[in-house]
Amino acid sequence: MTDTPTNVLTLEAISVRFGGIAALTSVDMTLNQGELLGLIGPNGAGKTTLLRTVIGVVRPTQGRVFLRGDDVTSLNVDMRARRGIALTHQIVKPFRSMTVLDNVVFAAGHAKTGSVMRALGTRSRSEETQRARGLLDLVGIDRYADAFPSALPLGALKRLEVARALATDPKILLLDEPLAGLNHIEAERLADTFLRLNAGGVTMVLIEHNLGQVARICPRVVVLDNGRKIGEGATRDTLSDPAVIAAYIGKEVTHA
Amino acid sequence: MLPTLGAYEVSLIVIVSVNVMLALSLNIITGLCGQVSLGHAAFFGIGAYASAVLGNLGVPFLVVLPLAGLVGCLLGLLVGLASLRVRADFLAITTMGVGFVFVGFVRKQNWLGAEMGLSNIPDHGLGDAGFVGVCLALVVAIALLSAYIKQSWLGFGFAAVADDEDTSRTLGIDAAAYKVTAFVIGTFLAGVAGATYAYFTRFLIPGAFGFGVSISILAMVIVGGVGSIWGVIVAAAALTLLPEFIRVVNDYKIFIYGVLLVLTMRLSPGGLAELVGRLPIFRRKAHQRSSGAQP
Repeated sequence: MTDTPTNVLTLEAISVRFGGIAALTSVDMTLNQGELLGLIGPNGAGKTTLLRTVIGVVRPTQGRVFLRGDDVTSLNVDMRARRGIALTHQIVKPFRSMTVLDNVVFAAGHAKTGSVMRALGTRSRSEETQRARGLLDLVGIDRYADAFPSALPLGALKRLEVARALATDPKILLLDEPLAGLNHIEAERLADTFLRLNAGGVTMVLIEHNLGQVARICPRVVVLDNGRKIGEGATRDTLSDPAVIAAYIGKEVTHA
Repeated sequence: MLPTLGAYEVSLIVIVSVNVMLALSLNIITGLCGQVSLGHAAFFGIGAYASAVLGNLGVPFLVVLPLAGLVGCLLGLLVGLASLRVRADFLAITTMGVGFVFVGFVRKQNWLGAEMGLSNIPDHGLGDAGFVGVCLALVVAIALLSAYIKQSWLGFGFAAVADDEDTSRTLGIDAAAYKVTAFVIGTFLAGVAGATYAYFTRFLIPGAFGFGVSISILAMVIVGGVGSIWGVIVAAAALTLLPEFIRVVNDYKIFIYGVLLVLTMRLSPGGLAELVGRLPIFRRKAHQRSSGAQP
């Protein structure tokens, strides 16, 4: 394993097959400490499958996943989460029975909920509540703290996903199309929030179709197409790579 | 006060207590953790039969109580572990199967009295007043435990698992451990309720722990308000006492339970607790909450 101290995540020759269909074929990827990496590609390229392989929902048919040098390929979803992998869902998944604040308070209590016995032995939520209010403030939805998720517009729910993921003190934050469904202004504001969080030291992978925002905030991108990595490097250069353009344009044409 | 209780009053208090214990115990599994069980009577039954056997071995009642709980939660642990891969409606069917397996097993065991019933259960030796005291103490203890769990981080975790198991796992929650814990606690308490019942009736037949009993317990939880401790207590007490006081209710007991279930699901899925929450005095608070949330 060729890990350097700055690599927080390494994917080694990841292949995923669903039945007879190859969703991912031998994808390598590394993520460096403090990086804001864009993961792009046309629909069906395998971006979400790759992300689900990182969090442990999908087990690779071949290949390994390393988190800070440790092989986590055999660990399940909650074990990986406790090691510092957090994600925001493409389709928002708030706990609908809880207030917005409680959604984040719960995630902030990860040290207490990590073991059932410790969870049974503790009741105080004051620390976590304070932290959660800070995070809601950070992502700009503190005014919704006491509302239930059903009362929130999509833009606010997307931000709740981010606040809740951050509350788990992640080493890596995976963002699955956080800007989808937002209008131009909302998308720009949320992307700015990511920039601010990244500047504050959070390592991130951004899966996004909004290439304008990707080009604006991600210094480096990885491009997938048909389950294979077809490009990687500095965002401006990669987006002007003829192979990458062909992957996007080609799809557009066949879909038209 | 207690020594003036007649046999009828004693039996009412004990039966209400047993049903409240059962409903609260199922409420931990179904209400707090969201795992629907249609076989809760099996854990009630195994506690009852275990306490009969232990009592006959000369173990005193107050020692039998926790032991019956342990036997109940051993079965609960097994069912909980076996059920980890099944969810929602599949879990409901699985637990229903466990209920049938229990009754079907006991029916064929001569050492448990089989169809004829087990009748040589020793006296608890506490007298009526003492026994009623134990029952009420157990109800209070279980209610306080439920309230504590609900406020603890364990209860917070239960709520997250009940709401969205997959999402809770992405936040680091070992959902399997939480579900098994809910099963273990709930079935322990059902076992204790079984011991109480056994020492009260001193006669056990398999039919006392059948599917209808599982459904009755679930009805108490649902009508009271899934997850609401006071709602479940009120519903369990009311659904136990109404058939006693109103003859026609007793004749139509299953009919009325059924109608209440349908009405609850249709009109107030949160049960009694939700209905009361809609009263003006409580609504003002809720309204302040939501209006404060507007941008």
